[in-house]
Amino acid sequence: MFKKHVSRWILPLLGLGILALFYTCGKGGKQAGVQVGGEDVNKVIEERGLTPNDVLAAVKTYLPTGKYDEYLLFSSGGHSGQVLVIGVPSMRLLKVIGVFTPEPWQGWGYSTDTWKVFEEGGINGTTLTWGDTHHPALSETNGDYDGEYLFINDKANARVAVIDLRDFETKQIIKNPLTLSDHGGAMVTPNTEWVIEGGQYGMPWTGEYAPLSQYKEKYKGMITFWKFDRKKGRLIKNESFAMELPPYWQDLSDPGKLVSDGWVFLNSFNTEMATGGVEEGNPPFEAGVSQRDMDYMHVINLKKAAQLFKQGKTKKIRGFNVLTLDTAIKEGILYFIPEPKSPHGVDVSPDGRYIVVSGKLDPHVTIYNFDKIQQAIAEKKFSGKDEFGVPVLDFDAVVETQIEVGLGPLHTQFDPNGFAYTSLFLESAVARWTMGGEWASKHGKEPWSLVDKVSVHYNIGHLVTAEGDNVNPDGKYLVALNKWAIDRYTNVGPLLPQNFQLVDIESGDRPMQLLYDMPIGIGEPHYAQMIKADKIKSWEVYPEIGWNPHTQSKDPDGVQAGQEKVVRRGRTVEIWMSAIRSHYTPERVEVRKGDRVIWHITNIERAKDATHGFALPEYNFNLSIEPGETQTIEFVAKRPGVYPFYCTEFCSALHLEMMGYFLVKP
Amino acid sequence: MKDIDMIVGPRVPQELLKRERKRFLMPTIFLGTAGLLLLISIFLPYWKLTLYAPQYPNGLVMKVYVNRIEGDVKEIDTLNHYIGMRSLTEAASLERTLSIFMVVAIGLLVIAAIYLHSPAAAVFALPAFFYPFIFLGDLYFWMWNFGTNLDPRAPLSNAIEPFVPPLLGEGKVGQFKTIASWEIGLWVVFLASILILVGLYYHRKAYKPLLEEQLKKEILEK
Repeated sequence: MFKKHVSRWILPLLGLGILALFYTCGKGGKQAGVQVGGEDVNKVIEERGLTPNDVLAAVKTYLPTGKYDEYLLFSSGGHSGQVLVIGVPSMRLLKVIGVFTPEPWQGWGYSTDTWKVFEEGGINGTTLTWGDTHHPALSETNGDYDGEYLFINDKANARVAVIDLRDFETKQIIKNPLTLSDHGGAMVTPNTEWVIEGGQYGMPWTGEYAPLSQYKEKYKGMITFWKFDRKKGRLIKNESFAMELPPYWQDLSDPGKLVSDGWVFLNSFNTEMATGGVEEGNPPFEAGVSQRDMDYMHVINLKKAAQLFKQGKTKKIRGFNVLTLDTAIKEGILYFIPEPKSPHGVDVSPDGRYIVVSGKLDPHVTIYNFDKIQQAIAEKKFSGKDEFGVPVLDFDAVVETQIEVGLGPLHTQFDPNGFAYTSLFLESAVARWTMGGEWASKHGKEPWSLVDKVSVHYNIGHLVTAEGDNVNPDGKYLVALNKWAIDRYTNVGPLLPQNFQLVDIESGDRPMQLLYDMPIGIGEPHYAQMIKADKIKSWEVYPEIGWNPHTQSKDPDGVQAGQEKVVRRGRTVEIWMSAIRSHYTPERVEVRKGDRVIWHITNIERAKDATHGFALPEYNFNLSIEPGETQTIEFVAKRPGVYPFYCTEFCSALHLEMMGYFLVKP
Repeated sequence: MKDIDMIVGPRVPQELLKRERKRFLMPTIFLGTAGLLLLISIFLPYWKLTLYAPQYPNGLVMKVYVNRIEGDVKEIDTLNHYIGMRSLTEAASLERTLSIFMVVAIGLLVIAAIYLHSPAAAVFALPAFFYPFIFLGDLYFWMWNFGTNLDPRAPLSNAIEPFVPPLLGEGKVGQFKTIASWEIGLWVVFLASILILVGLYYHRKAYKPLLEEQLKKEILEK
C-alpha cells in the first residue's frame, strides 16, 4: 500500500539505487548510478551514510507534497493536557487539539464558550488549566472506529473530555464528582453507549477526610460509566453511574467485544493496600504495593450493572449515582481474577475471546479465556474471596496460557493475521507473538508462541497498531510510544522529547522493521489509537456563516455581511462584528471606562483555510475564528486607553492592515 | 384578406396536409425544437470564468446562468474588493430579474411562429435568433463596466490597471490566470438560432405557395 504514497518513479528508482548500492559495496568500487535532476542517487545515499535498510525505511515513509497519510494517530499529549494528531506513515504532526489546557492558536479557553468548558470541568470552584491526558478512545459502532468522536481522560483530576471530530474541537470536560485521580479511561463500549473511566489512587470520596490508618475502611476504589448521548455529543451526568470498588488502585480497563460484549475488564495493583510512609520507616509505595505476587483483574458485568442502575439500585453519593460494593457483590456483577503483579495492559482480543494481561514485573503475558471465565462463574469455581467479600475466580480454571515474551511487558495490541504485539518496557523492545484458537490458521505458526522482537529506543510504554484495539484490526503499522529518547536526537537541554517510533509490521513472514523516529516535544503521551484516515469526515469550513462550534448550531449572535452593529444598553455595550479578508466591521469600537463589553465576532468567509484571529492586548484574549465561526468574548473595560486589536492569522497580503481600535474613554 | 389574416396566413387544407405531411412537418419540428431549446437553456450555464492562482489549486469558478451566477462568487467578491471591483451580485440586476420572463417569451414566440403561415413568422422568430448575440454583448458590457469602474480608494487600486477579461479564452489579472469558456447553455441557444434559420427556410417552402395561391384567388375574385 505504501506504493500509493510514492510517486510512480521514485520507488523503482530508489529500488535501483539500493541494488546499485549492493553492487557497489560488493565490488568495493565506485559506479555511476541513477541520475535524478543532475544528481547521482547513489552518491547522495553514500554521502548521507544510509544503509539499504535506511533507504527502504525512507521509501516506506516519505510522502511527497500534497499526498495524504493513510492513517491518523490520535495520541494523548500527556501532561500538556492536549491531544496530538499525527499522520502515519509520514509521522507528521498535523494538529495539537486543545483539551484540558488553554491553547491560544485555537483560541481554546479564551472565548466565553470555550472558557465555560473549562469552568464546567473545574473542582469546587477552581478552574483547572492543565490536565494529564492518558488514554484517547475513538467512538465505535459495532466495535469498529466510526471516526465521529474522541474521548480522553485527565488522570490528574479524574475528568473526561469529549472531542467532536467534525471540527476537531473539545466540546465538554466532565468532572468525576467522586474521586481526584483516574486511569482506566477513556475506553468505550462497542457502540459507545458508555465511556469508561476507571479510578486510580484510592482515596475517600472527594472532599472527605480520613487518616491513612483508616485506609481499608474509608478509602475507595471505583470505576465510572459515563452515558454518551451521540446526538448531543455530550456525556450525560445523571444518566451515568459509578461502581464502588475496594481501595485497590484500579488501572487500565478494556470493555469486552462481540462474545464478551457487556463485560468490562479492569486491572488493579496495590491489592496490598500499602499506605506508604517511607519517612516513618515504612516500605515506600513502590515496594509496598509490589509485595504480593498477584493482583486482581476485576471482571464486571456491565450489562447487569446498567440494569441495576435502571432499577434504582444505586445510591446518590456527592450527587452522583453509585452502585455500592455491597450491592455489586450481592448481585453477582463483580469478580476478581488473580493476575501477575503490577499489571498495566488488559487487552481484549479482536474476537472478544481472550484477555491479555501484562504484569510489568513478570516476563509473561497471561492470556485468559472469556468462555472459561463464564464457565467458572457459572460453576462457582472460586479460590476464595478477597477481604471485602468479592469472589476470586480460580486462576487455573480461567487462564488459557502464559507466554514468556520478555522483560517488563506492558501493553498489547493486535493485527488481522493472528499476531499480537506486546511492549516490553524493561527490555526496550516490541514482542510479536502468535495467538491460538481460531487465529492459528491465519498465521500458520505454532500458536501462543513468541516469534519476533524489535528493539525500540527507549523504555517503551504503550504501543499502538493500526486499528489494533477494535474488532477489525489492520495491523500494518505499529507505533512505539517510548518514554525516553536519551541519544536519539540533538540535545535540547535536560528535558528531552519523548520518542515515537514507527515500525513496519505488515507481514508476519518478515521481521518487524523500525522505520522512523518522531520526537514529541510537548508532553508525555501514554496511549494512542490509529484510525484509517478516510473514516473521519471532518468539515473544511463550518456549515453556515454564524456557526457556534460549542453548540454545533447557528449562533443567534452570528452576523452576515451588512448586519454588523454596536448597541449600548445602560453600562453594557454589545458588538456584533464581522471579519473577512482583510478587515473587521466595525473597525472602531468606543466604550466608556467601566462598561461591560460583549463582543461577538463572525468570520463571514467561505474559503477553506481563511481563518481570522482576534487579539486584544492587555485583556488577554486571542480568538481563532475559522470560516463561518462565531465567537464571543465578555469583559469589563477597566482602564481608559487605546487598544489596537488585530488579526493573528496571516490571512492575506493585507493581513497587517487587518486591525482596528478599541477605545476606552475615561 | 384582412390584416390579421395576412399575419396568421392561410390554413392548410386537410387533404393537402395528409398528402404532403413532411412539407408541413419540417418547419414545425425545427422551430418547435428551437423554442424548446431556449426554454431548456434557462436551466443550463451559459458562460464560465475560471481563475487560477497557486493558492487555489482547484481554481475559482464563476458560472453564469441567465438569471444567476453560481460557483465561488463569494470568494471572487472577497478578492475583487482588493482591486475595488463591485460585488458580482450587483451586475446585470435588471437583466437577471427579467431574463427568465424574456427567454420564455422569445421561446414562445418561436413556437407561435409555427402557427403563423406568413412572413410574420420570421419576425416572431427574430428575437430568439439574435438572443445569443445579445447575451454575449450584454455580458461584455457588464465586464467592461465592472473592469473599468474600479474604486480608486481600494487597497490595490494602484497595482491593477482597469481590465476587461476576454469573452472566450485566456486572460491575466494580477496573479490570476483567467480562462473564459462558453458553456452548454450558450451552445444550446446558438443551436436554436441555427434551427430557426433552417426552420424558416422550410417554413417559407411550405407556406409561401399557399399564401400566394390565396392572394391570387382573392385578386381574381375582385
